[in-house]
Amino acid sequence: MPYIPHTPEQVRDMLEVIGVASMDDLFADIPAELRPASFDLEPGLSEMEVCRRLETMAAKNRTNLTSFLGAGFYDHHIPKAIDPLAGRGEFATAYTPYQPEASQGTLQAVFEYQTAICRLLDMDAANASVYDGGSAMFEAMMMAVRSTKRTKLVVSEGLSPIYRIMLGSYTSNLNLELVTVPHAQGTTDIAGLIKAVDSDCAGVVVQNPNFFGTVHDFSELFAHAKAQKALSLMSVYPVLQSVLKTPGQMGADIAVAEGQSLGLPLSFGGPYLGVMSCTKKLLRQMPGRIAGRAVDAEGRTGYVLTLQAREQHIRRAKATSNICSNQALCALRALIHICLLGPEGLTRTAELSMERARYAARRLTAIPGVELLNDAPFGNEFAVTLPKSGYQVIDRLIAHDVVPGFPLGRYYHGLENGLLLACTEKHSFEDIGILAERIQGACQ
Amino acid sequence: MKTIFETSIPGRPGVWPDEPHKRAQDMLPAELLRGKKPDLPELSELDVVRHFTALSRLNFGVDTHFYPLGSCTMKYNPKHLEHVAALPGFTDLHPLAAQLKGAGQYTQGALEVMYELERLLCEITGMAAYTLHPMAGAHGELTGAMIIAAYHKKQGNQKTKVICPDSAHGTNPSSAAIAGFDVVNIESRDGIIDPAALAEVLDDETAALMMTCPNTLGLFEDHLQEIVAMLREKDALLYYDGANMNAIMGKLKVGDAGFDVVHLNLHKTFGTPHGAGGPGSGPVGVCEKLTPFLPISRVVKLEDGRYFLDYNHPDSIGYMAPFYGNFGVALKAYAYILRLGREGLIRVSEHAVLAANYLRKKLEHVLEIPFNRVCMHEFVASAVQQAEKGVRAVDIAKALLDKGHHAPTIYFPLIVKECLMVEPTETESRETLDLFVDDLVDILERADNYPEAVTGAPITMPVGRLDETKAARDMAVTWDLARELDEKQAQKPAPAADDA
Amino acid sequence: MSHIPEELSYTKTHEWVRTNGGEVLVGITDFAQEQLGDLTFVELPEVGDVLDAGFEMGSVESVKAASELYSPVSGEVVAVNELLESEPGLVNEDPYGDGWMVRIKMSTEPEGLLSADDYQALTEA
Repeated sequence: MPYIPHTPEQVRDMLEVIGVASMDDLFADIPAELRPASFDLEPGLSEMEVCRRLETMAAKNRTNLTSFLGAGFYDHHIPKAIDPLAGRGEFATAYTPYQPEASQGTLQAVFEYQTAICRLLDMDAANASVYDGGSAMFEAMMMAVRSTKRTKLVVSEGLSPIYRIMLGSYTSNLNLELVTVPHAQGTTDIAGLIKAVDSDCAGVVVQNPNFFGTVHDFSELFAHAKAQKALSLMSVYPVLQSVLKTPGQMGADIAVAEGQSLGLPLSFGGPYLGVMSCTKKLLRQMPGRIAGRAVDAEGRTGYVLTLQAREQHIRRAKATSNICSNQALCALRALIHICLLGPEGLTRTAELSMERARYAARRLTAIPGVELLNDAPFGNEFAVTLPKSGYQVIDRLIAHDVVPGFPLGRYYHGLENGLLLACTEKHSFEDIGILAERIQGACQ
Repeated sequence: MKTIFETSIPGRPGVWPDEPHKRAQDMLPAELLRGKKPDLPELSELDVVRHFTALSRLNFGVDTHFYPLGSCTMKYNPKHLEHVAALPGFTDLHPLAAQLKGAGQYTQGALEVMYELERLLCEITGMAAYTLHPMAGAHGELTGAMIIAAYHKKQGNQKTKVICPDSAHGTNPSSAAIAGFDVVNIESRDGIIDPAALAEVLDDETAALMMTCPNTLGLFEDHLQEIVAMLREKDALLYYDGANMNAIMGKLKVGDAGFDVVHLNLHKTFGTPHGAGGPGSGPVGVCEKLTPFLPISRVVKLEDGRYFLDYNHPDSIGYMAPFYGNFGVALKAYAYILRLGREGLIRVSEHAVLAANYLRKKLEHVLEIPFNRVCMHEFVASAVQQAEKGVRAVDIAKALLDKGHHAPTIYFPLIVKECLMVEPTETESRETLDLFVDDLVDILERADNYPEAVTGAPITMPVGRLDETKAARDMAVTWDLARELDEKQAQKPAPAADDA
Repeated sequence: MSHIPEELSYTKTHEWVRTNGGEVLVGITDFAQEQLGDLTFVELPEVGDVLDAGFEMGSVESVKAASELYSPVSGEVVAVNELLESEPGLVNEDPYGDGWMVRIKMSTEPEGLLSADDYQALTEA
């Protein structure tokens, strides 16, 4: 058998040491009537056959399309140095660092990741990650509920609809009130949010850029929330955060993000990275694993998992969260990505993506019947209305190997003709030209 | 080792993309911009490679060391699985592509992987259907607990509580609480669930019992059938925490045995490395009557052989993940199951149990083993005798690091004092197991004769034991907070001599 | 052996109570601090909070343990030991003195408190 090293003689010896006659005696505790009637799996395949079968399945997917799909999940270039570094067995085959002396590599990397995230977002503290951007927002909401002891949350419709559905699902048994403030033609309705945030409100939840790609300054909203003793929760896009006003500058209490754009492949939805950061005041409310600096008896600096008394293995039913693992290897990828690009590389990535989006907007709006959904400032993603349904146009273009974007009608009634397009530094101006020509053709 | 922030050289070029034609300030009004670039490391690619290579060398992993960490199944994960998961046909796939009409044809391979893996997991565990959405074991527990809540709600049952045995992993009560349940703990007897204790708390308000089987002591729950019958009588469901699945493949199909909901840890049992804490994957399987409540979307195979995502399940608990779970992890599990096949998976469990019992037998003369009977894939020893001489489980753990072995689990389960929870896994050779025994025996001898040699461990690691109390008080969780603290302390006047 | 001063009253949840007219001073016992180990964090109610006897009023944490604090009496919080925020270790060093936690103005007579002997019996059980 592959990966099982014992020879038949060794197995015999080991059974003898144990004092049983056969392998089956080791399972005597499982009553005969509970033994499986069938275990109907194929025989094992060789390594070559497994690879061949999976390669065939991978080939059934088409990935060489020119795609403008984003909607919170972006196809940025991933520096090639990340794979060999994050793939090192010392990182990849370690467990959660319960024995800090034998895990300093992981712990220091997590500490550095926390620092990098805080500097990118202008926040005080970050955890060593949760599962994804949506579950991060759920955890942020629970932090707000715990620390304000209030149960109402005001959520902007500009927050990703995927996350809003997740929040609805996660909170279905928790007696919380989620109030949604509609978007205004694709912009976040700040005045409406201010009106909705009152002294019963635990927190206000917004996204920047919002789902439609528009960029906002939420300083006034957050100041209002603070006056109501409600917390300000913000979901951001890490790559653009190298140029956009930061959650910290706006006065956010908790900032979360989908970290996928920092060196993680799209990989059909995961594994991704839930970035989570907060002010120092809220640190103890933050769930998940957190690395902190420590010192040994000889005065050497090291790192440990700290503030563990918040966690499920000590607090059990009263823990801040049930979360137990983290996305350490994904966080490591994000850290390496940030370090390889540095401030200039990240800024350039954001700017290249934004300038391409502007070119795309100019080309598309030159097509008769195609208009921007609104005239608000945007980042690398924007929404247009088409003379036909978004789905229809997408259908037409996919046949020509172009995925022009995401149909807004999937989540927003009344925007059936809406199309959301994202650009990254990977799109050439030629790609965008082809996109414009195809859309023009499809709209005629 | 210096942090990467200390090695940064302002202006040093990194792996930069081309210069853009426009800068941010040409594209957005100033009030929407951060103004200053983020203060992140400025390094060459070589600087970065050296830094992270050096960091990696401070770690123990399965690839470098024996790692008998109980309840974590730190087995060797074959390298071809990484190749499979890195195929561009999978990694470059945008998750939303599958949700566009007409584009489903471009994601057929990925949907097939998910469909087939779910089918295999059903067969391995005897469940009716699976969801791959939960992104870790604890996330699977939460999903399972929410499915239980949705079922009882639909039935019109007034169920408020979930029962967890005291040997349960801490995530069980915590997940149940987030699903809205009150948690009731019951005490174990002889290391397993005591039906009498269960009968005392089991009532019409009981939604479910969460069970790990074999449990966290590595023991099979002997009263399983009786417990199933007791729960059925109250329309309470039985939840299976699959943390210890590695022990029973081909020996027990939990669905057939009466479990209603199960989560698996693909990263434990099915060939995915743990990644120093993640990413994992915690698929949830359910019995037939619970299938309407599974998260959406679900992968369906049409009669013509095509796959598609079905969102039309009105009783579903909704979205647990943004998409379809940690697909990249699921891929490795799928390839692993294909590779091992029927016989291979059975052998995995047999050899995992063989190795654990071998170590248990070899160590029973030197350590107390509180429930010393044939165990499953792991066992719990106790250093209570050593503790009387001042050498605690934690000391033994640290001394093992000096010998080049990762330590067993020592903070869990809570019901055994000074516990050492040992799970050797099927992939470790007898030579490694014997070496571990020799080294542990040597440590225990020293604990008898020169306890301070053990209590002072580790001495060969990059750092000695770290002051966790001070770390928790300091809360230096970023380099900036650490520096702030150092500056504050430097400003403090030195304490007068008579204070010291 | 942990120290259990004769003159104080105690709760089953390991708080001690020093009565002074209509007010009580509350902390956790020497036994409790020993069990928890070096404290890293103490969370206390705010001045002005109104508490019911037996209800959760805060929590204490060490590296490996956490425990809730329960109000031994009903009444209003008139003072909290703010030093504990930066120096939780005071509870370990001097649980009945500098490590005190809250002062509560009682709204009703206390009920069900234990004597030092009863509490000692509890810790030895």
